[in-house]
Amino acid sequence: MSTPDFWSPLRATTQARIGLGRAGDALPTRDVLELRSAHAEARDAVHLPHDAERLESGLAALGLEVHRVRSRAEDRATYLRRPDLGRSPETLDHLPSAAPGTHDVGLLLADGLSARALDDHALPLVEALLPRLGEAGLGLAPVVLAEQARVGLGDHVGRHLGVATLVVVIGERPGLSVASSLGLYLTHDPRPGRRDSERNCISNVHPPDGLGYDDAADVLLRLVTGARELGESGVRLKDAGAAAVHRSETPGID
Amino acid sequence: MTTYHQTVAGTTYAFRDLVDLLAKATPLRSGDELAGCAAETDRERAAAQWALADVELRTILETPVVPYESDEVTRLIVDSHDAEAFAPVAHLTVGGLRDHLLAVTATPDATSTLAALAPGLTPEMAAAVSKLMRNADLISVARACEVVTAFRSTVGRRGTLATRLQPNHPTDDPRGIAAGTLDGLLLGCGDAVIGINPATDSPRAAADLLRLLDDVRQRYEIPTQSCVLAHVTTTIDLMEQGSPVDLVFQSIAGTEAANAGFGVDLATLATARDAARGLGRGTVGDNVMYFETGQGSALSADAHLGTGGHPVDQQTLEARAYGVARAFDPLLVNTVVGFIGPEYLYDGKQIVRAGLEDHFCGKVLGVPMGVDVCYTNHAEADADDMDTLLTLLAAAGVGFVITVPGADDVMLGYQSLSFHDVLAVRHTLGLRPAPEFEAWLSGIGLLDDAGRVPAVDVGATLLKELVR
Repeated sequence: MSTPDFWSPLRATTQARIGLGRAGDALPTRDVLELRSAHAEARDAVHLPHDAERLESGLAALGLEVHRVRSRAEDRATYLRRPDLGRSPETLDHLPSAAPGTHDVGLLLADGLSARALDDHALPLVEALLPRLGEAGLGLAPVVLAEQARVGLGDHVGRHLGVATLVVVIGERPGLSVASSLGLYLTHDPRPGRRDSERNCISNVHPPDGLGYDDAADVLLRLVTGARELGESGVRLKDAGAAAVHRSETPGID
Repeated sequence: MTTYHQTVAGTTYAFRDLVDLLAKATPLRSGDELAGCAAETDRERAAAQWALADVELRTILETPVVPYESDEVTRLIVDSHDAEAFAPVAHLTVGGLRDHLLAVTATPDATSTLAALAPGLTPEMAAAVSKLMRNADLISVARACEVVTAFRSTVGRRGTLATRLQPNHPTDDPRGIAAGTLDGLLLGCGDAVIGINPATDSPRAAADLLRLLDDVRQRYEIPTQSCVLAHVTTTIDLMEQGSPVDLVFQSIAGTEAANAGFGVDLATLATARDAARGLGRGTVGDNVMYFETGQGSALSADAHLGTGGHPVDQQTLEARAYGVARAFDPLLVNTVVGFIGPEYLYDGKQIVRAGLEDHFCGKVLGVPMGVDVCYTNHAEADADDMDTLLTLLAAAGVGFVITVPGADDVMLGYQSLSFHDVLAVRHTLGLRPAPEFEAWLSGIGLLDDAGRVPAVDVGATLLKELVR
């Protein structure tokens, strides 16, 4: 038997499931059920639809003009199988169209792989961002809510709206320890065909354990400002709190 | 360019060329649907399998799925083909090869016959025959193969199941990594390698981790090898700077373009292997390379197009990655089978099938094959599917599997196997750790008379000092 006292200080050094007990060679019942419930929470985050009406009215209460779009992935099963469809909008005809650069900044709020992350974190994040954009004198395009969407969908939306710098706020793939986390992807001069290396990413926005709303908004504003000065986003745009998006071995939400 | 035709149940199907035929004969998987090369109906798939069964192995040898002129992986495969080893099967079709492999498997000297054949098979032949095989065929033929490699421990010997102990940490915290390492050693894991995926590709961080693992190994005289899974070019630099590198790691794939996406080519891999061998750190062998692969990696890099600009199916490209691997005499190769996500392997059924295919193809090509039995939270799979795949692979004689504390990799955000899972399957199927490591476990009181790893009071073991 392993002594609980031995492992408990070590658990402060890692979230890994160390020092679990044994039932013969197998895990004890309690640990099996803990793994199962964590997996259930992650799966629910992937599959349960989010409360788009509540988010829409919350954004409207902040005085924002809000529009909704869908990707060409008609349901969750198609979305998971066909990332290409998740990057492509069903239609943008109902959105206001403008010449590139009409708006300084655009916001696309996308369910991605965790719609729950939008429910939990999108509104307070936008609330943190709005005053910062105002102080910097940056104009915001109408906000767009997107369903069954991947990051690349923003290239179509941003171009259509006439946005100089687009921020896609998207639910990240749930892990066993965190099922509700947002990623922020910034693309300067968005248009279809942009590569991932032309974006910058702030990940793990999920207070209190992950990055907080004010911190995320601060980093985001620095990136927006930097992208406007540099005339591009991606690998040449650096901020201590963010990373350029390279092709990763981890398939994500692109 | 040959077009293939096949009639099934009154409908005649045409297949554009060998690339098309291989793709459409592949058991259903989401990655081929995404690439647009999958059969559109089950009947078309069955027709393709009939047609593929009649294709001669010589035709496969003479018809590269990715052009020889533009792809160094094809050149490697073609130029290193061993015609003498191929001779016993040179007259066969793909269907004939399936029958031959199963017949050989039923003979007493199956292991030596299959070992002699391996250099005569190309990855495309292995992929083709696997498409005709049932899961049970993939298991029985793979089990008859024995691919043994060694460094400080010996991996792949029949009757053994080794493990990579993977003590990953989201910020590479040394105490957190030491705690995960201790946990795994106490549960009898780490005999294939103690290998960390670093949180960054910083050379400094990789050097620190290498030192940490090497200190642990030396302090407890553990007969295993360590690895920090940094990019190969980072590891080459670290060797030049005197870091204690046992194994050189690299992710590889089945096309030159996909490897370029990983920032690697064959010449760089050769440089790394020669440098690591030159360090002379192995005691019972000098296999110094460690590769990871996975179906869908070429497609995810948009590097999956072959002859005629058409998509090559992901399983054939995966087998070509083993063609790359075997040229460098690796200690360990594993497919990270369920890691890549549901757009490539949708559910437990597809993951289980792909795991068995990958293991089979690697083994018949003479590659020391292991598997990361794993899944992500957006795939239609769960721990039960992993139990199924682990048990099937253990029956098939898999060389090693990946293990993490409680099956939960908190750095990469996916689920692999727990240390416990391996203890259980070793017991169920009568398998043992790598022999040198087993002797070490015995010496420190972590192996009982029945050959099992007992539950011990960690406070009473010498290993507890590992985290002090």
